[in-house]
Amino acid sequence: MSTIQRSLAGWGNYPRQDCALRRPERYAGLRPEGEGSHIARGMGRSYGDAALNEQGTVILTERLQRLRSFDRESGVLRAEAGMTLDDLLRICVPAGWFPAVTPGTRFVSLGGCVAADVHGKNHHRDGSFSTGVRELALIDGEGQQRHCSRDEQAEAFWATVGGMGLTGMIGEVALQLQPIDSAYMHVRHLPSLDLAHTFSLLEDPAHDATYTVAWLDLVARGHRRGRGVVMLGEHAGLDALNSAQAAAPFAAASQRQRPVPFNMPGWLLNPLSIRAFNQLYYFSQGRKQNGFISHYQPFFYPLDGLANWNRLYGSKGFLQYQCVLPTEGALAGVQALLERLQQSGQPSFLGVLKRLGDEGEGMLSFPMPGYTLAMDLPFAGTGLLSLLDELDAIVMHHGGRVYLAKDARLPPDALRRMYPRLGEWQAVRQRLDPRGCFQSSLSRRLKMEEGL
Amino acid sequence: MKWVLILGGSSAIARACAASLAERGYALYLAGRDQDELARDADDLALRYGIESRYAHFDADDTGRIEGFIDQVVAEVGDLHGLVVAYGYLGEQSVAAQSQQETLSILQRNFVSAVCVLNRVAASLEAQGDGFIVGISSVAGDRGRQSNYTYGAAKGGLSLYLEGLRNRLFASGVRVLTVKPGFVDTAMTYGLPGMFLVASPRSVGEQIVRGLEKGRNVIYVPWFWRYIMLIIRHIPEVIFKRLKL
Repeated sequence: MSTIQRSLAGWGNYPRQDCALRRPERYAGLRPEGEGSHIARGMGRSYGDAALNEQGTVILTERLQRLRSFDRESGVLRAEAGMTLDDLLRICVPAGWFPAVTPGTRFVSLGGCVAADVHGKNHHRDGSFSTGVRELALIDGEGQQRHCSRDEQAEAFWATVGGMGLTGMIGEVALQLQPIDSAYMHVRHLPSLDLAHTFSLLEDPAHDATYTVAWLDLVARGHRRGRGVVMLGEHAGLDALNSAQAAAPFAAASQRQRPVPFNMPGWLLNPLSIRAFNQLYYFSQGRKQNGFISHYQPFFYPLDGLANWNRLYGSKGFLQYQCVLPTEGALAGVQALLERLQQSGQPSFLGVLKRLGDEGEGMLSFPMPGYTLAMDLPFAGTGLLSLLDELDAIVMHHGGRVYLAKDARLPPDALRRMYPRLGEWQAVRQRLDPRGCFQSSLSRRLKMEEGL
Repeated sequence: MKWVLILGGSSAIARACAASLAERGYALYLAGRDQDELARDADDLALRYGIESRYAHFDADDTGRIEGFIDQVVAEVGDLHGLVVAYGYLGEQSVAAQSQQETLSILQRNFVSAVCVLNRVAASLEAQGDGFIVGISSVAGDRGRQSNYTYGAAKGGLSLYLEGLRNRLFASGVRVLTVKPGFVDTAMTYGLPGMFLVASPRSVGEQIVRGLEKGRNVIYVPWFWRYIMLIIRHIPEVIFKRLKL
């Protein structure tokens, strides 16, 4: 099958590397061919180098996105792993079903959701994406297809969930969906005054909702540091809708996607514009304290309305730093992270804080009980990289970890401190892919195949 | 129920046409070589669009069995409303220049086999007095160029055949649409040098079905290829033969 040589990057546009791209149009074409290493790439929404393979082959799954089965009674849907969440929503929402867990963009492939074991705003209640995964078809390093689930080849299942595509090609995914009464959400916004207040709102059972997340104003300093808007959402029942909405409860959103046509100039996101945006957002969103009805699209996927929004960061790209800190000491830890960030003068456009629930069984899954902080950081040179090393130290001091799907720069020894089940994962991986057929730039950077 | 037979069922253009036809409620009969792929495509179409779908093995090179196959499909679905001939073989011109086998493969798949199919289906639709035929030809058939004239000759022959068929079937009310794709983003063109303004298969499928609905005779997809080919066709031969195209 022919390949294309291309310079490729993740969503953050950093790093950029030369890879050979192969794009199978038949399911059997997912099997790795020939010598050299392979990694799957769905929509390319991991931020760093997880779906890059410098000097190796990247297998694009975008042409393999067929629906295999959908039981409208039980809500079990099976599809090829290249199917996007956007496509899946178009199929299941009109039938009254919704993914058990969804990340913050619908332009991701199901295979990518599994490989990163992504989480959503309901993690504190429902766990990560793997919660809804019934079964996986995995093509291992020998080209054999395995059917893995909690009951069958469970080790392969839990090594693949969160396994960053390194245990094999994920060919098909079977999901258990959740029933919904409408495509609408009942949403409330609560403004918070500072970080302690944000934390108290996130952990207060009186305010808790199925979907809870806090947007943080990363520019606010001093006694306002860590202020933000806590956003709460529940799937809306028919009784909550107005008559027009209730007449077509599963209607598609009217929101049109507008593109960012090219990389914006580097100065667009500067400290001043970022400050202005954060101020505006804090006051405009913080006012919506009385509940309101929103379509699920803007609630779950606020940035999807702007295609290629990563281009706002210019050609140098950006890094997203996402970490989780265990509940105990999380407030102090997040406080320290924000302080260090602000001291450094590094601007950050977007900050998100969310409480996470129980740890899943995925050996390399990111979530653990505690608080996860995500920050978008425009790439302004190596100063940012050394700052992030310092943030790593704070995270490790608190017993936390960094999210691999967002990562482009973590050193190998930090991975070993953050992911204690790495050795166990390596043993399973060795059995599934003894010849090391599946590798990525991320796996080589972090020396994931090598011993402790 | 209106059934459409799609031959070359798992090629990217065939898949895209299938999706656009399924969206409009046609029942689809997919035929091609790869059974696993056809089953996946047929299931996907049935589940997404709530249509009926079937699939069967079909070998375009086995011309001796083509008539029997068409008759069997017609018998199975009762009433065949449309046909899409979407298979083809690009081949390698430099190989064909040396090898009779490669030359015959290119002519056989793109022309001889397609004509056998069209002949049989035309008879069936003509008797019925309704329906449509979509033939996927190529811009390569508009003028012979040194880089792919064997493929071009086969596709050019197919375009001529479709033209004649359209003339013959006009009186019976059966529509014949000739589709001439330029560069479409398929496995056939993936990784080839010199591709520009490549169209997505999904948009091409939609343009084809719209062309059918509008009663068009010949369409280029994407549309601007009509003008590119208009220019290429009008270059005088004295000059054209000297060009490296």
